Amino acid sequence: MSDHERTIEEVQNEIIDDFSLFNDWMERYNHLIEHGKDLPVIEEKYKNNEYLIEGCQSRVWLYPEFIDGKIYFKADSDAIITKGIVALLIKVLSGRTPDEIVNSDLYFIDRVGLRQNLSPTRSNGLLAMLKQMKMYALAFKAKQNN
Amino acid sequence: MIDINKIRSDFPVLANKVYGKPLVYFDNAATTQKPEMVINAMKEAYTTYYSNIHRGVHALSDISSEKYESAREKVRSFIKAGTAEEIIFTAGTTASINLVAFSFGERYIKSGDEVLISELEHHANIVPWQMMCERKNAHLKVIPVNDDGSLRIEEISRLITDKTKLVAITQVSNALGVIMPVKEIIQKAHEYNIPVLVDGAQGIQHGHVDVRDLDCDFYAFSGHKIYGPTGIGILYGKKKWLEEMPPYQGGGDMVERVSFEKTTYNKLPFKFEAGTTNFVGAIGIAKALDYIESVGMEDIISHEKELTEYSCTRIKEIDGIKIYGDTNNKISILSFLIDKVHQYDAGMILDKMGIAVRTGSHCAQPVMTRFGIDGTIRASMCFYNTKEEIDVLINGIEKVREMML
Repeated sequence: MSDHERTIEEVQNEIIDDFSLFNDWMERYNHLIEHGKDLPVIEEKYKNNEYLIEGCQSRVWLYPEFIDGKIYFKADSDAIITKGIVALLIKVLSGRTPDEIVNSDLYFIDRVGLRQNLSPTRSNGLLAMLKQMKMYALAFKAKQNN
Repeated sequence: MIDINKIRSDFPVLANKVYGKPLVYFDNAATTQKPEMVINAMKEAYTTYYSNIHRGVHALSDISSEKYESAREKVRSFIKAGTAEEIIFTAGTTASINLVAFSFGERYIKSGDEVLISELEHHANIVPWQMMCERKNAHLKVIPVNDDGSLRIEEISRLITDKTKLVAITQVSNALGVIMPVKEIIQKAHEYNIPVLVDGAQGIQHGHVDVRDLDCDFYAFSGHKIYGPTGIGILYGKKKWLEEMPPYQGGGDMVERVSFEKTTYNKLPFKFEAGTTNFVGAIGIAKALDYIESVGMEDIISHEKELTEYSCTRIKEIDGIKIYGDTNNKISILSFLIDKVHQYDAGMILDKMGIAVRTGSHCAQPVMTRFGIDGTIRASMCFYNTKEEIDVLINGIEKVREMML
């Protein structure tokens, strides 16, 4: 079953289970790096300032598409670990309705130790990505209702 | 020779573990750890004689005031200034430079005038001048650097004009560690009667500073980068400038007499110390300077030189390393990139191995622009670091390459 055929909760729980297999941080980073490789990569032409997320130490571009009432995200980053982090967010939130995204509670971030193990500025990077995804969801929702 | 075990035991933080691994603290250019002596002196101030300075008639205020003024005297003797009135306590290097940018600017800068800085400045020695130039409709000019980070000193004569009113230059590049030829720059500027401000934030802790021998007009540095507390810094200024410059901030202590019609200002150095100053910080910085003298600057210089040479040699053994500021004329800062690895990925992995480095532009974005990069990995060492720690870093870099490539 692909990720968006399951609930946000189910995908999050799977990520938490995966990460629980690793004892040390090197293994977790390796796992994140592997996730980064599965990232639906944004087309080069969208890697511009319009889709650049502010607040990250590395550059992250995030591009949304709205198809049949659902939002699909593509992204890229020049740092590999960051790419893994954005890939996780996309795994959970891509292919969802705007309402699902806006109302989502991403408890997996804490549970896989991403929030407390990233410094505030880096954590802001992650939160900035999430915030941007929710902003897009709100924007598409408003457009849909018009 | 430095007794490294003894020295390391003076700094409580160094014994810490992070993620279960011994801490390798290589972020000393951002801030240094504090010896117990400094921590204890500040604790003593808060627990035994804490009271506001200069105002009281009571016993504790007398002690605080006396400690504060002897801290000033300590700073004076450490940088070999002529008189203690030339030592202003500020919040840090940034505050010191802002003070000069404002007060010097108000007094001497007119529309069309120019301020000269270098391409290697920290944002703190760029932005205050830009703000002042905007206020005064003046212009900022920049001395370029060579590919190894050395200053193109021959450009100075071309860049100085009859409009140049001040040169502001860093003593050591915070991003690359390269030592600047400040004495030569000062001599050159003085030939045209142009005063020079030296940003000593990365210089003061790595070598002898004699402001009268340098003949600089202003010298700024921070307490927290020289093993003292945060929130305290120094501005040294030649008396002739400080007397003519108007106050920067108004408030208590900087006044002689206040009435609604006319206020007259206090004499130096108090004219520039508005409000209750960070006098406990001043006591801390004085103790840090005592500590450095007890270790001995000569020994600090020779130990750090060894670390610089060893780290440069070892890192060059790794494939795909590029050092920025690849010169012998540098302090113990290693700024580098690993080919095909983002500096931020490297920093995150090194962190998990207990190694604290800084990644990014190091508050010197124009330096990164000069070299066409986004940032570097910066390992900044000081006299409490060891060759064994450099070995840990080298292994860490190997591990990063293994994971990323």
